[in-house]
Amino acid sequence: MDLSAINPVLLIASLMVAATPLLLAAIGELVVEKSGVLNLGVEGMMIVGAIAGFAVSVETGSPLLGLIAAMIGGALLSCLFAFLTQFALANQVASGLALTLFGLGLSALMGQGYVGVKPPAMATLDIPVISDLPVIGPIFFSHDPVLYFGVFLTAAVWYALKFTRIGLVLRATGENHDAAHALGYHVIRVRVIAILFGGACAGLGGAYISLIRVPQWTEGMTAGIGWIALALVVFASWKPWRVLLGAYLFGGINVLQLNLQAAGVAIPVEYLAMSPYVITIVVLVIMSRDKTSAPGSLGRIFHASS
Amino acid sequence: MKLTKLLATAAVALGLASTAMADDKTKVGFVFVGPVGDGGWTYEHNKGRLAVEEKFGDKVETVFVESVPEGPDAERVMTQMALDGADLIFTTSFGYMDPTINVAKKFPKVKFEHATGYKQAPNVSVYSARFYEGRAVQGHIAGQMTKSNVIGYIGSYPIPEVIRGINSAFVHARAVNPDVQFKIIWAYTWFDPAKEADAAKVLIEQGADVILQHTDSTAPQAAAQAAGNVVTFGQASDMSEYAPFPRVSSIIDDWAPYYIARTQAVMDGSWESANTWHGIGDGMVGIGEISDAVPAEIKASALQLKAKLASGEYHAFTGPLNKQDGSAWLADGETADDGTLAGMGFYVEGLEGDVPQ
Repeated sequence: MDLSAINPVLLIASLMVAATPLLLAAIGELVVEKSGVLNLGVEGMMIVGAIAGFAVSVETGSPLLGLIAAMIGGALLSCLFAFLTQFALANQVASGLALTLFGLGLSALMGQGYVGVKPPAMATLDIPVISDLPVIGPIFFSHDPVLYFGVFLTAAVWYALKFTRIGLVLRATGENHDAAHALGYHVIRVRVIAILFGGACAGLGGAYISLIRVPQWTEGMTAGIGWIALALVVFASWKPWRVLLGAYLFGGINVLQLNLQAAGVAIPVEYLAMSPYVITIVVLVIMSRDKTSAPGSLGRIFHASS
Repeated sequence: MKLTKLLATAAVALGLASTAMADDKTKVGFVFVGPVGDGGWTYEHNKGRLAVEEKFGDKVETVFVESVPEGPDAERVMTQMALDGADLIFTTSFGYMDPTINVAKKFPKVKFEHATGYKQAPNVSVYSARFYEGRAVQGHIAGQMTKSNVIGYIGSYPIPEVIRGINSAFVHARAVNPDVQFKIIWAYTWFDPAKEADAAKVLIEQGADVILQHTDSTAPQAAAQAAGNVVTFGQASDMSEYAPFPRVSSIIDDWAPYYIARTQAVMDGSWESANTWHGIGDGMVGIGEISDAVPAEIKASALQLKAKLASGEYHAFTGPLNKQDGSAWLADGETADDGTLAGMGFYVEGLEGDVPQ
C-alpha cells in the first residue's frame, strides 16, 4: 500500500471532470421533472448529443460548435418525446424508454464514420499566475469552460426555480397542472420548453464525454450515466444543489476508488467498485429525510378537457 | 375481434413461412457483450461473423445481438435466437457461461459455442485463444519501454483469463527489467469508455508510463495519447489508429478461421462438442505490427519471443516460478499445464495486491 502515490490535488481536479456529464444531464432532467414530466430518455439524448457534438467538431474543427450542435442534437431528439407525450398523449415511461433505445441506435448509425477519429482539443482555462498557483490553480482555474458552465447552470436553475416568475410557473405546472391551467398558464407550452431544455443539457453532457473526458467516439460510450442521472434527481429530492453534491460525490468516489486500487489499498476491490453508488445513495437518502417529495403531477398526462 | 384474429393468423402464417424458408440455410447466431463498433473485442468477433457470411454466401444466414448484458438478459436473447431457428450460436463473453449451458439444455438440437469459458455439454463447445502468449510479448516490450518502472494494468473482471494475462505480462516484464512494478485497477466492466479513460488517467497520475488494458474500448489509448509520453498496446483488435505512438503493438484476436470451420462442421453434420484453445501458432492470436517507436533491438527480441511461442519451443509459463505467497509453483524448466492455466486464480511472485475473490 502506498497512499503517497495519490496526489489529492489531481484527485480533486479529476473528480470535477468525472462529475460534469452527470451533473449536466441531471440538472436538465431536474427541470423536466419539476415541470411534471418524467423523461426516461436521458441516456438516449446524451448519446445522440455525444455523437452530434463529436461529428460537428471533427468536421468544423471547432469544439465550441460541437458543443452547440450537441445541445441542438439532444433537444431535437427530445422534440420527439415532447410530441409523443404532450400532443399524442402517449405514456411517458414507455416513450422515454423508447427514446433511449432509439437514441442508442441512431447514434450508432450516425457514428459509423467516426470510430477512431480524434476530435480537436478543447482549450482549458489558463489565466496567467492564477492558474499556476499551487493547489488552488489546478483545482479551480485550469479546467475546460464546460465544467464551469455546469456549476453556473446549477446556480442559475436554483435561482430561477426559487426566485423568478418563470420558476414559479414551472413549479406550478409540475405540482398541479389542472390548477396551473385554470390560472391561465399554458401547461403544454411550459412542458415542451422544459423538455427541450432537458434535451439540450443531456446532449451537452454526452458531448462532454465524447469531446473532453474520453475524448473519442465509441458506440454506447455513455454506458449508463443517463440512468444514474435519473436516479440522482430523485435521491437529491429535486433540489439543484443536492444534484451538484450528489454528482461530485459520485464522481469523486469513483475517481478515489480507482486511485485506491492503483495504490494497492487492502480493501476488497468489490467494495471499492460499488462504493460510489452506495455512498451517494446513503448520503442523499439521509439528506432527503425532510418532507420534500416528487412534483405532484409528475408523470401524469395533461389534457385541457380533463 | 375479427381483425385481430385475421392478423394473428397472418402472423402465424408468416412465421411458418419464414421458418420454412430458413430451413435450407444454416442460421448462425452471435451474442455480443459490447457494440460491434467498440474497436476491440466485439469488433473482432463481428469480423469473424462477416467472414462466415463472405465464405458461405447464400448458404448461411447470420444474426447478431450486440451489447447484451451478462446475466438473465443473455439467456433471453439466446432463447429467442434458438426459437428463431438458429442452428449454431456463438456466445462471446465469459459471463454468458451459465446462460449458455441453461439455454443449451432446452434446445438439444441447437449447437452452442461459448468463448473463454470452461463448461462443456454435448451441444456446447468452448473455445478461447491463448491470449497470454500475446501478453508475454507485450510484457517483454513493456518492461523495456518503461522509464518509471511502473506499468499500469486495467483489468476487467478477476477471471482466470484476465489473471493469466496479468501474470504472463508481469513474468516477462520482470525477466527483462527486475525493477518493474505493476499497478492494477479492476474496472468491473468489459466496456465503459469513460471509466476506462478514468482508470488510465489515474494510473498515469500515479506514475505509470506504460498502460496495458484488458478492457474492450480504445479510451485508454486516447488518455495515453493526451498524456503524451505513455505507451499502450492494442487489445483484442489492432487499434492501429493510435499507432505508431502511443500504441506500439497489439494483441489481435482472429476468430474468422474458427467460425468458418465450425459453421462448416454444422453444415456437414460433423459438429461435435470440443474444447479449443489456440494460440499464436494456430493464428488465433496475432501480434500487431511493432511500431518504430520501439527500438530495433527490442523489436527483434520481441519477434524472436513470438516465434518461439508460435513454434511451441517456449511456453509462456516456464519455471522456475513461484506463487505470490512465495510457495513454489513450477520447478525449473517445468511448464504450466492447461488445467492450472484454465482455472488460474492466483498472482505470481512479485505482484502486489490481492486477486479479488
